[in-house]
Amino acid sequence: MSKNKIIVVGGGLAGLMAVIKAAEAGVEVEAFSLVPFKRSHSLCAQGGINAALNTKGENDSIQQHFEDTIVGGDFLANQTPVKGLVEAAPGLIYAFDRMGVMFNRTPEGLIDLRLFGGVKNRRTAFAGATTGQQLLYALDEQVRKWIAKGKVKEYIGWEFLSAVVDDEGICRGIVAQDLNSMEIRAFRADAVILATGGAGMIYGKSTNSVICTGSAAGAVYRQGVPFANGEFVQFHPTAMPGDDKLRLMSEASRGEGGRIWTYKDGKPWYFLEEWYPAYGNLVPRDIASRAIYKVCVEMGLGIDGKNQVYLDLTHKDPEFLEVRLGGILEIYRNFYGEDPVKVPMKIFPAPHYFMGGIYVDWNHMTPIPGLFAAGECDYMYHGANRLGANSLLSAAYSGYICGPNAVKYIKGLQKSAEDISQKVFDRELNRQAGIFEAIYRMDGTENPYTIHEELGETMITHVGVVRYDKNLKLADEKIQELMERYKRINVNDTGRWANDVVPFVNQLWNMLELARVITLGALNRNESRGSHYKPEYPDRNDEEWLKTTKAYWTESGPRFEYEDVDISLLKPRARKYD
Amino acid sequence: MAEFIHLKIKRQNGPNESPRWEEFKVPYKPNMNVVSVLMEIRKNPVNAQGQKTTPVTWDCSCLEEVCGACTMIINGNVRQACSALIDKMPSQVITLEPLSKFPVIRDLKVDRSVLFEHLKKVKAWINIDGTFDLGPGPRVPEKERRWMYEISRCMTCGCCYEACPNFNARSSFIGPAPLAQVLRFNNHPTGAMDKEARLETIMGDGGITDCGNAQNCIEACPKKIPLTTAIAKLNRDTTLYSIGRWFNR
Repeated sequence: MSKNKIIVVGGGLAGLMAVIKAAEAGVEVEAFSLVPFKRSHSLCAQGGINAALNTKGENDSIQQHFEDTIVGGDFLANQTPVKGLVEAAPGLIYAFDRMGVMFNRTPEGLIDLRLFGGVKNRRTAFAGATTGQQLLYALDEQVRKWIAKGKVKEYIGWEFLSAVVDDEGICRGIVAQDLNSMEIRAFRADAVILATGGAGMIYGKSTNSVICTGSAAGAVYRQGVPFANGEFVQFHPTAMPGDDKLRLMSEASRGEGGRIWTYKDGKPWYFLEEWYPAYGNLVPRDIASRAIYKVCVEMGLGIDGKNQVYLDLTHKDPEFLEVRLGGILEIYRNFYGEDPVKVPMKIFPAPHYFMGGIYVDWNHMTPIPGLFAAGECDYMYHGANRLGANSLLSAAYSGYICGPNAVKYIKGLQKSAEDISQKVFDRELNRQAGIFEAIYRMDGTENPYTIHEELGETMITHVGVVRYDKNLKLADEKIQELMERYKRINVNDTGRWANDVVPFVNQLWNMLELARVITLGALNRNESRGSHYKPEYPDRNDEEWLKTTKAYWTESGPRFEYEDVDISLLKPRARKYD
Repeated sequence: MAEFIHLKIKRQNGPNESPRWEEFKVPYKPNMNVVSVLMEIRKNPVNAQGQKTTPVTWDCSCLEEVCGACTMIINGNVRQACSALIDKMPSQVITLEPLSKFPVIRDLKVDRSVLFEHLKKVKAWINIDGTFDLGPGPRVPEKERRWMYEISRCMTCGCCYEACPNFNARSSFIGPAPLAQVLRFNNHPTGAMDKEARLETIMGDGGITDCGNAQNCIEACPKKIPLTTAIAKLNRDTTLYSIGRWFNR
């Protein structure tokens, strides 16, 4: 019987870490990815990865990292899993160090640390301003070693379409599509780990890569897995405004001394420093984003009358900036044509990170046995707002524990995927093939990319930094209108080879489904907590809303349930940074 | 600036189909780049002659020149499409072609899997025993780290291969990028433990001696990775290694 096979979907930090951990446990692994692992979105993470290494003489501690994370997340994160995260952090950094990650060094050759948002101690290890890239490459190299050994098989350019669930409700594999041959195939596995990242594309333009559609999460949501805390979407305060993408300018720029300002009464006004003297420019992202939004949109004080303020590094030493922030300086120079060493950067908040995601238990298993989720696509560690440099940590950590948890799960299985009737796989395969045949036949008048653009505009306008009930209702109506128009799409390309449009049309429906989860979750939640801010309900309301949102798919739209949050380790208190 | 961006795109339906040129006129907006122009085309897939056509197929992901996916030949030069800003291009026709040294999948999308195979060949990794917590790795002097970091920013985009006269679809040359990786891994304190295996590989067929020193790679690298310096240094390392090997026979 048991061949003990695990499928990992997603080649970012979480997925690759899960691959490595499963391979180390001696299990056969098949790794699916839309793009070569090296091109996964983890590489866009810039500033660093947090661990309380306490090597700066600041009495930093695991406990302080824990408290900063919980308070930063406005108490919505389950505390026991977060404890596990921060405890494992130093060991994880050391594992990366041993893999040869080029972390910046102290004069003694030790891993250097810098300051990040929402904290008082230096806790962020970094490799220039391309830390995500460097960590991803290290795991990519390690996975390549496993592939060379024949222990891991890669499927590059394949998209996950759905989980194969048997009659007992157990996940036994996946259905996936080869994006060149367009072949749709079912794969058997004893456990499946989704590590499919965030869903920034729901907002059209964001700091995310274009592959971050959230489609895989949307697909399993439609198969009955709840989507948790969808309404909590992080807007990163400092991104370059752009027409095709909002390019991230790392929080590390403020960690290294960057200041945010605009003109007021003809003079530079450092509004974050004035409003939040205790943390200044390093308030958590939700707070900084709201402040910039207020200054630009409500007070009309954006630079040149536009929605933008300055992020200023010009007072810093140029060589210092190159060594510690080179990667983002390069992006700003390449895409804006100005040198941040000499001229302040123009920035504005942009959709960046989904704190919410696939609902999992503390072992990272979804309510469908055998189906796991790790990384940004899960909802576990960041509550209502994620602290900077905690995402590389949670991605790596969740993969690190999810891999072994999946191995443990399959050891306890009565039946292997190999023992399951072929009918179970054919059924799901045929269902997906049917969906795709229907897409090929779409010959209406609507363009899928235009529908996507309108979805993004709707989300960014109405489900953004500041949320009003009236606008949230408008947004939901608009999404439903787009869902109607979706039915009249014209695919413009019926080719059966490397057709980009047909998979996009499939992704688009999953994006529309999740857009409703986000919007209605926000409409329901009558309080303000972390990234979710409603001026009509400006305060956090623990009595009614210290709860995890769980959205279940139904034919007529999401149905919501709410679940208590684990607050066993730190009693909720007011969240203050001023 | 003109009202329209005039594009000439070399298209090909599949690996065994013959290529053809198709022209497009896309309404100009400020701050566009080649990727955003291609995205406009798919919203209204009509060519310059006003005929309905299929949207162009191409690879892209991060749009900030970090992932390397959208590498193609733009006006005759190999580069990433996302950072090819329209406002900085001569206002005549912009030509887009797929990379010429890799098999075309469709239109501007090519199969670059050989790049990753070469990384496998040179063992471009550090052979750790496991991911468990064994404490920190070796100390690394910051000065050393800086140049190793420069090399470790290689995004395996394929620009250096496209520019290299010694690499083509039939050559076995391992290419400039993996050679630089060999230098980086051989100089890491732990990576150095597998130094000999890496040197043996690049001293074999398709190895470092296939480099003709044309120095095109360094010009083409979007990350300005010191490829030629790395190859020169490796040349010395392989020479020393073979002398040592001869003495130890």
